[in-house]
Amino acid sequence: MSMTYVDAIREAQDHLLREDPRVFLYGQDISHFGGAFKATKGLSEAYPGRVLDSPISEDAMIGMAVGAAIEGMRPIIEMQFADFSAVGFNQIVNQAGTHFYRTGIPIPITVRLPSGGTPGSGPFHSQSMEAIYSHYPGLVVVTPATVSDAYHMLVQAVSVDDPVIYCEHKFLYRWLKASGINGDGLPLGAARITRPGKHATIVTYSAMVHEAVRAADRLQEESGWEIEVVDLRCVKPLDMDTVLASVARTGRMLALGEAFPWGGVTAEVVSRVSDEGFHLLDAPPKRFNSRDTPVPYHPDLWAAHRPTPETICLAMRELLSY
Amino acid sequence: MGRASDTCPVRPVKPLAGGSARALASGVPETAPTIRSERDHARKVYRAMLEARQLEAKLASLYKAGKIVGGVYLGKGQEAVSASLGGCLEWGRDIFAPLIRDQGGRSAFGEPMLDATRTYLGSAEGPMRGRDGNIHRGRPKQGLPAMISHLGTEVSVVAGMLLARRLRGELEGVVGATSIGDGGTSTGSFHEGLNAAAVERLPLVVVVADNQFAYSTPTERQFACASLLDRAAGYGVEGHEVDGTDFLACLRTMAEAVDRARQGGGTQMVVARLLRLSGHGEHDDASYVPDEVRAGRFGRDCMDVAERQMIESGYADQSEIDGWRSEIVDEVQQAVATATREHGPNPWDERWEARSTNLLTVVD
Repeated sequence: MSMTYVDAIREAQDHLLREDPRVFLYGQDISHFGGAFKATKGLSEAYPGRVLDSPISEDAMIGMAVGAAIEGMRPIIEMQFADFSAVGFNQIVNQAGTHFYRTGIPIPITVRLPSGGTPGSGPFHSQSMEAIYSHYPGLVVVTPATVSDAYHMLVQAVSVDDPVIYCEHKFLYRWLKASGINGDGLPLGAARITRPGKHATIVTYSAMVHEAVRAADRLQEESGWEIEVVDLRCVKPLDMDTVLASVARTGRMLALGEAFPWGGVTAEVVSRVSDEGFHLLDAPPKRFNSRDTPVPYHPDLWAAHRPTPETICLAMRELLSY
Repeated sequence: MGRASDTCPVRPVKPLAGGSARALASGVPETAPTIRSERDHARKVYRAMLEARQLEAKLASLYKAGKIVGGVYLGKGQEAVSASLGGCLEWGRDIFAPLIRDQGGRSAFGEPMLDATRTYLGSAEGPMRGRDGNIHRGRPKQGLPAMISHLGTEVSVVAGMLLARRLRGELEGVVGATSIGDGGTSTGSFHEGLNAAAVERLPLVVVVADNQFAYSTPTERQFACASLLDRAAGYGVEGHEVDGTDFLACLRTMAEAVDRARQGGGTQMVVARLLRLSGHGEHDDASYVPDEVRAGRFGRDCMDVAERQMIESGYADQSEIDGWRSEIVDEVQQAVATATREHGPNPWDERWEARSTNLLTVVD
């Protein structure tokens, strides 16, 4: 039986509701309608009173979750799109993010952000918000790239006592399928070597893991380059041990992301590799992101806005020829 | 009942169409239903007001003496509103999310005075351990959330705490309350929170202290409706209005609102009209408040009104009140002395970690 990425998210929530009476879901259109992406389909019937429709009030949704968490619950908040979490930003970074440090009481909320671009979605239904939340202390930010990670990392996120921003990529929802859920037992904060190699490393996360693997396969076919792909999985905190170990093997690194280019996860990775692993490098570390414009609507513009296997190959050839 | 001059000036209240919205014709309900004895209740609330005023006077002088780093924010003139709300709530059962001018409510609800002095004076023993200061303190697990500076945000936090109780089947008889000023009602967060609470029909009491100025901005630059009470109908919540300088009126109105919420009447909004008798903080001389406003209807001090009403109602005599004052002087002295003796946080021992979890140990 095959399972998609969004099925895995639904299954994880089903599991969590079944196993943990502290868990409840709160979000727009998630009850009988099953959510804009059907990630909660059937759950309100299976768990009456625990899958609640919210008003279109992202600020209040997070505030309510924080209050419930203070009282010992484990709410999962579904933002309809990551982009709209901007309206709840204040409660996320200032209320949830500061609470443990200020009061000693952790806030175990999980905020699901349907993230990233899909053709035709345009500037306000395509954003990747992981960098902006990672900037603030007190939050955990995860970016699962596989069906099994989508499941396990959501289950793990809810078990974490701190606020977790769970960035699920919309492009993977139905496109990405697996035969089922497999576990490799990785802890939530650990990166994974998705594809081993020895000539250069691509450090990436979320949907870009798949684009990186495609680019790596192409470089191997065309030129025999063996490219290692590191899937960060969790971008805050960063598993620098895995990243640096890979850079130690290959001597070259490209940090790849779908988010806007100014600052962000790839900048952090390059900065830390330069700082902590300068002696391991045979070439200047590179970054590759989307363009510094809003995410365009038209599929042709959209495809040229984000990194693709073709453009990743170009960046990699530059890195390899240094 | 207080004398006629002490009761809330009756505002013409528009008939509110439909829904459960309701406005009291007068801010003074005839009785205070759940409070068994108004005398005992008034004594408790008034004593908390005295405590708040004296504690804050001490904090202000410590600030002026340079003993407090950061801001000092007083509730001067708002003690009747705040304490009569806090006094209706039970520590250990109810929830109270105080805001900037709620020392009265904190004292009446049962927050230890040491929490205030330790937090203001930066003791490592206080609930915030030097990590946050002044009015940002709280004991969230005891039903006293620690506010952030972004106004309106506590409304949904208290709503979420109540929702959690409902999900666990523990909401029966519980009330959550929070305060806000006239300026805070302009935030999106206030709107979202109150609307969401109303949708869930949560037993939340939101008290708006309309003190005529948000920092320096007068209310005509803050909202265009005639009274903030008009908004209650828009949210579908029950509305109450009270003269916030009238102690007995506050006592009865808060009791009514809290009681309505406790008995299943859903979300309540109380608008108390008064004047802030201090600056925004002690750094602010409030020179922007015109003299005619100070001399106006809400410029009187609720403490004076309360003392007179306590005596006239026979709830306390002058010697008892003087006795409370001198007890409180000692309590304040002691709380300040204790906090002053204690060490501040040590940056070398500080655990510089904003998360509680090591993510490398989290597996299924």
